[in-house]
Amino acid sequence: MAVENIVEIKHLTKVFNDGKNEVKALEDIGLEIKEGSFTSIIGGSGCGKSTMLRIIGGLDTEYTGEVLVNGSKVTAPSREKGFVFQDHRLLPWLTVKENIRFSLPKEQKKNDALIKEYLALVGLSDFENSLPKQLSGGMAQRVAIARALANKPKILLLDEPFGALDAITKVNLQEELLKIWQKEKITMVIVTHDIDEAVYLGENVVVMTPRPGRIKQIYKTDLGTPRLRTGSLFAKAREDIYKEFFKEAEIPFTYNI
Amino acid sequence: MNKPQKKGVFYWFLYFALPLIILIIWESFDRAGKLKPYTMPSLEKLFGTTVEYAKNGQLLTNIGVSVSLVLEGFFLALVTALIIGMLISLFPKFDTFTDLIIQILKPIPPIAWIPLAILWFGIGQESKIFIIFIGAVFPIFLNTVDGVKTIDKKYFELATVYEIPKSELIKNIIIPGALPSIMTGIRLGVGNAWVSVVAAEMIGATKGVGYMLSNGRSLSRPDIVILGMLLVGIFGKIMDDILRLLRKKVITWL
Ligand SMILES: Nc1ncnc2c1ncn2[C@@H]1O[C@H](COP(=O)(O)OP(=O)(O)OP(=O)(O)O)[C@@H](O)[C@H]1O
Ligand SMILES: [Mg+2]
Repeated sequence: MAVENIVEIKHLTKVFNDGKNEVKALEDIGLEIKEGSFTSIIGGSGCGKSTMLRIIGGLDTEYTGEVLVNGSKVTAPSREKGFVFQDHRLLPWLTVKENIRFSLPKEQKKNDALIKEYLALVGLSDFENSLPKQLSGGMAQRVAIARALANKPKILLLDEPFGALDAITKVNLQEELLKIWQKEKITMVIVTHDIDEAVYLGENVVVMTPRPGRIKQIYKTDLGTPRLRTGSLFAKAREDIYKEFFKEAEIPFTYNI
Repeated sequence: MNKPQKKGVFYWFLYFALPLIILIIWESFDRAGKLKPYTMPSLEKLFGTTVEYAKNGQLLTNIGVSVSLVLEGFFLALVTALIIGMLISLFPKFDTFTDLIIQILKPIPPIAWIPLAILWFGIGQESKIFIIFIGAVFPIFLNTVDGVKTIDKKYFELATVYEIPKSELIKNIIIPGALPSIMTGIRLGVGNAWVSVVAAEMIGATKGVGYMLSNGRSLSRPDIVILGMLLVGIFGKIMDDILRLLRKKVITWL
C-alpha cells in the first residue's frame, strides 16, 4: 500500500503539565507531508517546533489528536524515523565508526562497507577512527547525519541541526543535505530558526507562532533547479516569510533583482 | 584537556625542595644533640635500620604481606561493589530494598569493624581482608551508582531512536558512561583499603607494615615506627599513581 503522505497530523494538541502549570505547546495542528518532500518548520523560540518534531519521531507519545507516520499511529521511536538532534549526540567513548555501528540493526552490525559508504557521503572517510572530541562541531553533526542515514530511514527529522554552527559551515552543510536528499530521496523535515535556511532547503515552509503553538501559514517555495541563494525567486520567497514575522516597514533588508 | 607540558628544572627543584629542607632541619637537630633515640631517631639511625630491614628480608616480607592483603580485600570489594552498584542502578526496586541498610552501614568506619572481625575471624588473614573489604567496598559502590545516575539522559533517548536492546545499552552506554566515576571510586577504595590494612595490622598481627608500627612502639624504637610510616606513605602514593595512569589509559575520551 503506497501512502502518499508519509506524515499526517490532524488536530494535534499537546499540553505540558508539570503538576502546577499547564503549557499549551501545540494547539490544533494539521499538517501533511508528502513522501520524498523537504519541509522546513520555522518559528520563534518556544512555539512548539521541537515538540512537534519529537511527536512525529515518537519521542513524545502523550498528546491528543492523530499523528500518522507511514499510515500508522506513532507509538515509539524507530530506525525508520531518523532523528538528528541539535546536539550531535555522539557517544564520546566510541570512535566515529563505532558510533555508527552502535546505531545499526543487528544484521548490519558487521557491515563495515555500509559505515564507510555513509561516512563517504558526508565527506568524513578519513575520520572513521577519530573520537568525537577530535571533531569540530560541523564534522560531528555530519557524523550524526551519516548515523541517521545509515539506518535507511523513511523520513529524516532534523531539529535545528546547524543551529550552533558558523555561517560558512552552515551553508556547506545545507548544500550537503540537499545533495543527500536528492540522492537518497528520503523525506526530510527540518526545524530551524533561520529564515534563509528554511527557504533555501524547504519546498514547503511551515510558519509557526507561539502561545499556543499553531501553524500560521504554509508556503510552497520553488527556487528552480538548481536552487540559487542569489536569485530573485529566493529573494521573493524570503520576503514572504519575513512578512510573517515583521511588519512591512521593519523588514531588515533590501534586495534588488 | 591539558597539553602535556615538559617540566623544567625549576619545577623539579621546587618539587624536591621541601623534603630536602625537612631533611636538613632534621640533620641539624641531630648535630645540635637535640634528638633522643627513644623519641626521634637520627637520619643515620633511620637509614641504618632501613638497610638492616632490607638485608634481613623483613622490609620485603612486611610490605608483601600488607600489599597482598590489600589486593585480596580490594578485588573482593571491587567485584561486590560493581555487582551491587549495577543491580541498584538498573533495578529501582532493588535500590529501595537495600537503601536503608546501606545508609546505616556506610558511616561505620572500617576500624569500628575490627573488634567484630577479630571475634568472627580471629587475628589471621581473614579478619584483615574483611576490614579492607569494608573500607574499599563503599567508595566503589557509591561512585558506581552515582556514575550511572549522572549519565546524560539524552544518550538513553538516542538509544530509543535506534532501538538499542538492553544488553547493548549496558555495554555501550551505562558501563562507559559510569566508568570515570567508577575509576574515582576505585582510587578512593584502594586508598581506604590501604588505611584499613594498617589499622587492622596495628591491632592484631605478627607481620605487615601496620605490625611494624605497633611493634616499633612497644620496643620504643621510633626508627622502626618512622620506617613503617614512610612505607605506608610511599606505597600509598605508588598505588595511587598506578591508578591515575590506568585511568588515563582506560578513559581516553575525556
Ligand atoms: N518537557 C517540557 N516540560 C514542560 N514544558 C515544555 C517541555 N518542553 C517544552 N515545553 C514548553 O513547550 C513550549 C514549546 O517548546 P518547544 O521546545 O517545542 O519550542 P521550540 O519551538 O522548539 O523552541 P526553540 O526554538 O527555542 O527550540 C515552550 O513553551 C516550552 O516551555
Ligand atoms: Mg526547539
